[in-house]
Amino acid sequence: MVNFGFTINKSTRIDYDQASKDVSRYVIAHEPSALLCIGCGCCTATCSAGQFTPFNLRRIQLQVHRGELARLEQETEKCMLCGKCQMVCPRGVNTRHLVMTIHKAMTLYNRGELKDL
Amino acid sequence: MFRERFSYAPFVWPFVIGLIFFLCFFVAAIVRVFKELPQSDKIKFGKSLFTKQTLVSIKEIFMECLLHRRIFQRDPLLGFMHMSIAFGWFMIIVLGHIEVKLYCPNHLNLPYFPIFFRYFVKQTDSTLGGAIFFFLMDFFLLMVLIGIGIAIYKRINSRIVGMRRTTRLKIYDWLALYSLWSIFPLRLLAESFTSSISGGSFLTRGFGLLFDSFVSNSVHVVPTWWAYSTALGVFFIAMPFSRYMHILTEPFLILLRNAGIRTVRHGQGYALTETFACSRCGICLDPCQMVLPGRMDKKATVYFISNLRYNHMETAREMAEMCMQCGRCVAACPVGIDSCRLKLSVKTDNQMGQGDTYLQYLNPASDALPAEIQPVVRQMPEKPDVVYFAGCMSHLTPAIPRAMQTLFKAAGIRYRYLDENGSVCCGRPLMLAGQEEAARQLIAKNTELIVKSGAQTLVTSCPICYRVFTEEYKLPIRVVHHTVFIRDLIAAGKLSTEPVQERVTYHDPCDLGRGSGIYEAPREILKDMAVLQRAYEEKDQALCCGGSLGSNLMPYETRRKIAADAFNRLTFRNPDVLVTACPLCKKTFQDVADRPVLDIAQYVATHLRAQKADAAPVEETPYRAAV
Repeated sequence: MVNFGFTINKSTRIDYDQASKDVSRYVIAHEPSALLCIGCGCCTATCSAGQFTPFNLRRIQLQVHRGELARLEQETEKCMLCGKCQMVCPRGVNTRHLVMTIHKAMTLYNRGELKDL
Repeated sequence: MFRERFSYAPFVWPFVIGLIFFLCFFVAAIVRVFKELPQSDKIKFGKSLFTKQTLVSIKEIFMECLLHRRIFQRDPLLGFMHMSIAFGWFMIIVLGHIEVKLYCPNHLNLPYFPIFFRYFVKQTDSTLGGAIFFFLMDFFLLMVLIGIGIAIYKRINSRIVGMRRTTRLKIYDWLALYSLWSIFPLRLLAESFTSSISGGSFLTRGFGLLFDSFVSNSVHVVPTWWAYSTALGVFFIAMPFSRYMHILTEPFLILLRNAGIRTVRHGQGYALTETFACSRCGICLDPCQMVLPGRMDKKATVYFISNLRYNHMETAREMAEMCMQCGRCVAACPVGIDSCRLKLSVKTDNQMGQGDTYLQYLNPASDALPAEIQPVVRQMPEKPDVVYFAGCMSHLTPAIPRAMQTLFKAAGIRYRYLDENGSVCCGRPLMLAGQEEAARQLIAKNTELIVKSGAQTLVTSCPICYRVFTEEYKLPIRVVHHTVFIRDLIAAGKLSTEPVQERVTYHDPCDLGRGSGIYEAPREILKDMAVLQRAYEEKDQALCCGGSLGSNLMPYETRRKIAADAFNRLTFRNPDVLVTACPLCKKTFQDVADRPVLDIAQYVATHLRAQKADAAPVEETPYRAAV
């Protein structure tokens, strides 16, 4: 194929019929305040880990609900649980526990042990 | 002058069976605890025996297990209730044995003999020795009976002993409780009915004469002794399953604790001893701020330990995750159970990452951005006196690091602001969440950064960081919290403040006060500056702000309620300003405050007196505008 110096981006379309909702359901069941999130990104703006790494809680929680689960387990392992995000969250989301719950859900999911809720 | 009537009666059997059952259980439990102790702790315990420490322990056992000094300090009537039952009963047992030793030493090998002495031996109260024994036995019996009277009334109205609530009991506790309540009235009855034969003193003789006037005493002698023995037997059999196991576990716990042994893992060794030493007295119910006023939630530590003990691990785990780890229950506990550590050991079961992938970016070999963690170290090459670590939370309250920099400049101290552009967390939040492995990585990273700075003193603004720096980091340099640092600067004359016409209340942050024992430094600073008003609950009784990182599960609404409640209780004397020493407390209180909430560094920096003409210009930190 001739190299024209550009490529076509991979489709970012999300097929909700195909995407796995298991992790999302697990997270909401174990940390219901996840539903309060409005995606404002205050957590990400203030994040300690975000200064050194691409860790982004706003994106992670979005990906959980969209079922884009690749590499999410490793992503959550960047969090130091320092709690700044929780202090600034305008919606009162229990962010520290949210990260821990997502991590746990992803561990179970990757092992194939996540039970259908 | 005395005559042995019998040396055996069939009614001793309920008591003997109960006693043997209980002793077997107790010995097995002690053997199990010793087996489960780590090797280093066994050596520690061995070394602590027969030293000065043993005398200290014996004194503590006497003061706490028998006299209940800590409960006395809390409420005299409650202390008297516990003391009269424990000490009175103890004295009855001791005196009973002395009597046997004096009058029939050949029967000391019969465990039941001192208990039913009055039935077996016809002594006389007409000799001086006899009269003294009769009097003492009656006196201590009366003491126990009064204690039991208070205990029964406490179940109806616990407020008379200064408790808003009392513990809800389990079935075995009720069985043991009712048998305990009946033991001593039955003993009184039995001894009264026997008093015409064996003699008695003011209590037993008096009741004996009273009963004589309308019942035929001789018929009632054996049945009442049977009842007394049965009550004892039931109590002993229920004891290992009930809260009364604490009676013998507590002295053992004191010996272990004074040897320097601490909880390693729940359900094993020392932790197991702690769960059995909990008397479920309910003194931790009122201090617990999670139990909001007017609610009867089973949230306090007493229920957590009870769940651990009866192996309801799921509930126990949930409670450990919910607890704010403020330590008010630990400060109040008359047994001295370190329940915070117990809860942490439960939380540690759920480790997120096992070290290899977790926080990978801290490892310089990884492809993350390790160099970015050390921007300040590169920027400031000169050797500082002090390295300042503001902490994550202080970055949410920038007024605090700003005030600290003002103070450093005013005092002429060469400092390095280690996390000016952000740094990794201190590791305590991870520890509180039970992620100890991950926390160790942060600790290693921070130690490296701090040592590399070359300073001799580490100052931090955050009590959370301070506690982990002092407890877990093995730093070769001095670590101070800024309250102590500012106090020392003022004492050395490097800083001076101007008097302020304001009423100030100081709030003790959990990790600084109960956690690290710093109570006086901030008060010394504030006393010299303004009118320091005491909070109703202060020092080791201080309230938690509700923002604690100790709780994983607590929802925002509950935190807010706790914060509002704590703020109201703190400001009941209506101070102009609430001063604290923790960025987390400050930020949490600001949400619910109707008056300025300031950090002590801010307060000092705002009211700094310019000393010399050439002193560095003091940066203004107007706080009123910010509120």
